[in-house]
Amino acid sequence: MYRSKAHGRWLFMGIAAAALAIATPAAADWALDFPASATELGNKVRGLHHLALIICTIIGIIVFGVLGYSLVKFRKSQGAQAAKFSHSTKAEIIWTVIPVLILVGLAIPTARVLIEMEDTQAADLRIKVTGYQWKWRYEYLDHGISFFSNIDDASNAASILGAGHELHEHYLRDVDKPMVVPVGKKVKLQLTSNDVIHAWWVPEFYVKRDAVPGTINETWFKAEQTGTFRGQCAELCGRGHGFMPIVVEVLPQDEYDAWVAGLTAPAEPEALEEPEAAMSQTAPAAAGGASSR
Amino acid sequence: MSDTTHEEHHDGPHASGMWRWLTTTNHKDIGTLYLVFSLIMFLVGGTMALIIRTELFQPGLQLVDPHFFNQMTTMHALVMIFGALMPAFVGLANWQIPLMVGAPDMALPRMNNWSFWILPPAFLLLLGTLFMPGGAPAGGWTLYPPLILQTGDAFPFVVFSLHMLGASSILGAINIIVTITNMRAPGMGFMKMPLFVWTWLITAYLLIGAMPVLAGAITMLLTDRYFDTSFFLAAGGGDPVMFQHIFWFFGHPEVYILILPAFGIISQVIPTFSRKPLFGYVSMVIATSAIAFLSYVVWAHHMFTVGMPAAGMLFFMITTMFIAVPTGVKIFNWLATMWRGSISFETPMLFAIAFVILFTIGGFSGLMLALVPADIEYHDTYFVVAHFHYVLVPGAIFGVIAGVYYWLPKWTGHMYNETLGKWHFWMSTIFVNILFFPQHFLGLASMPRRIPDYSVQFTEFNMISTVGAFGFGLSQLLFVWMLVKCVKGGEPASTKVWDEPEGLEWTVPSPAPYHTFETAPKV
Repeated sequence: MYRSKAHGRWLFMGIAAAALAIATPAAADWALDFPASATELGNKVRGLHHLALIICTIIGIIVFGVLGYSLVKFRKSQGAQAAKFSHSTKAEIIWTVIPVLILVGLAIPTARVLIEMEDTQAADLRIKVTGYQWKWRYEYLDHGISFFSNIDDASNAASILGAGHELHEHYLRDVDKPMVVPVGKKVKLQLTSNDVIHAWWVPEFYVKRDAVPGTINETWFKAEQTGTFRGQCAELCGRGHGFMPIVVEVLPQDEYDAWVAGLTAPAEPEALEEPEAAMSQTAPAAAGGASSR
Repeated sequence: MSDTTHEEHHDGPHASGMWRWLTTTNHKDIGTLYLVFSLIMFLVGGTMALIIRTELFQPGLQLVDPHFFNQMTTMHALVMIFGALMPAFVGLANWQIPLMVGAPDMALPRMNNWSFWILPPAFLLLLGTLFMPGGAPAGGWTLYPPLILQTGDAFPFVVFSLHMLGASSILGAINIIVTITNMRAPGMGFMKMPLFVWTWLITAYLLIGAMPVLAGAITMLLTDRYFDTSFFLAAGGGDPVMFQHIFWFFGHPEVYILILPAFGIISQVIPTFSRKPLFGYVSMVIATSAIAFLSYVVWAHHMFTVGMPAAGMLFFMITTMFIAVPTGVKIFNWLATMWRGSISFETPMLFAIAFVILFTIGGFSGLMLALVPADIEYHDTYFVVAHFHYVLVPGAIFGVIAGVYYWLPKWTGHMYNETLGKWHFWMSTIFVNILFFPQHFLGLASMPRRIPDYSVQFTEFNMISTVGAFGFGLSQLLFVWMLVKCVKGGEPASTKVWDEPEGLEWTVPSPAPYHTFETAPKV
């Protein structure tokens, strides 16, 4: 779809391609808003975002309307004579008090969502998430499953400077081994880091939390629908920051149980081994690619 | 006004050529030095921004290595904040504060020289890190450990140059406070000072409060790296998050250091071109002070994803939301100043009007970012990038540009070319929106900031943004051309320059003589 070009002609290309992009909306994504939420809590967050956006838009229309009216009506070139007033206690009290009321009205529902968001109790499943430069490690504390999740080989190869490969649909948002969770279950994440600060983020879950070395941070999500959800590291963590995707597969409970059984069955010892060893056995190419960054 | 026989002995600089500029203690010379330095750094930082935008024109890596990309984002921010914006405001303060309070010069002229001349070596050092083994700092201008401790040989040089920049800022701030407090003309009480002087007085206190905190934080980084301390290293019992608290305790006041003087400039420009006194002078002063106070109690709103107790997040959310109140008061006061005025649209006024509109848009996204649950989704995305660029580019930078057009005839004695000014305004305003508005959408669609390469669904808006960036960058060449033309010549400016401007600076001839107000004016 997108090919890397020679460096010299990019300004011309810029204008041409922008014109092309505008002319051919069919090929474009053009997302203007938050993604649809896969969690109930995410819907509430999205609702807050829309509430704030609507309030700002209304205030904006009023403020810019008054400004526009002044600029048209009170022009010197139209013979406007300047008034002399420079003070009005009444007006100033009004435009101090009304914003306070609006803010209080906005703060109350926001606080409610925040308190719900911070309640990590009564989780059905606990996963420890550890950030590494530049990959993620997932440990299922209830099942003894542990594995690394690296960027997929195709993205890794295409992201080399000047590679000019075809970029696939999920370029930089695909991994060799995704996190797998059951649908409709409260999943508690316990985040930490092995080196620098990272941040685990899946936009459609409306969950983002820093993975800080020496600290365990907690957050949670409860996916309401099955499917594949994609995100990436959200805290600058060095050279490979743009190249540590996150993919979560949400499965029906029975398929999830089968996935767990497949990894914990005695016939497959690598799942119980040291995680580093497991990684090097299952995904040598991707691991090598990621750590060579 | 001033004693003319006395002036005859001191009508120009004491030295010529390079020596004049190195040894000058004259506030106008030093103001010019600051402003020229700031313009150069604006072009350097802008070039870095264009490298960033070029790489982001399309997905895939075409131009630079990711490590160099990270160096560019880090250096772009440091150069623009410490090299372009802060010196621009100090330059305007140097030129204008003595003229506006009726003082013959700054209170501490030799220190003034020193505080400017710290800057060029500090930036030589900072820009020099680009050529050191391991490259320039690449951990972001926020310098978060442990990542920033992975910087190569450049690390101590970065810390040292930031120390120098901090020292320069503190010296400048002390000078401004002493000048404003002690050297106002008889009759100019605090509540008669022009708003630009007021906002700078408050900014100077913010600088004195904030810069030493940064100095402390980066010194702890230095000892963590070289002297076996573990302030921020978990392995030694330290806490990387503590750095973020200390950094943002500096960083949030710093944000207001970058915008309050612009508020002051806009409060000078709008009354002049509305031919009406500023509405709500007292509430403007109170609002500025309230913003400055609040800026010290909101810092952790930069850190809502870092893991804080819910009560802490609520506190920082509510204090942050309350900043909207005094900021709103300012916007409403500017609107009320224009209401029933007699408005004309010279270039400074155009930039001031664009400031009011576009800064307000940046304020709206700021209010949205205060809401913790939504912020957790916005955090570290292009929505944040769009937000702070709206308040810093068509906010702070447009404020500086409005001030430059407004006072340039007083400085040079020539009117600038109004046609060029209008072209500069329209090009800048159109392109700055093409540049930054699509970034809101990128952020909402979940593109993280500080990434050199992105997933294909973000392509279109990135392309538009890059086109806007080049348009905006090229527009600034019109500004440089206008400046050169205006310094070289042009229609002579009158003493008042504009119709009926308020303030002492409009009582001295244009160009302002080398020495002014040697005898204090009566207010």
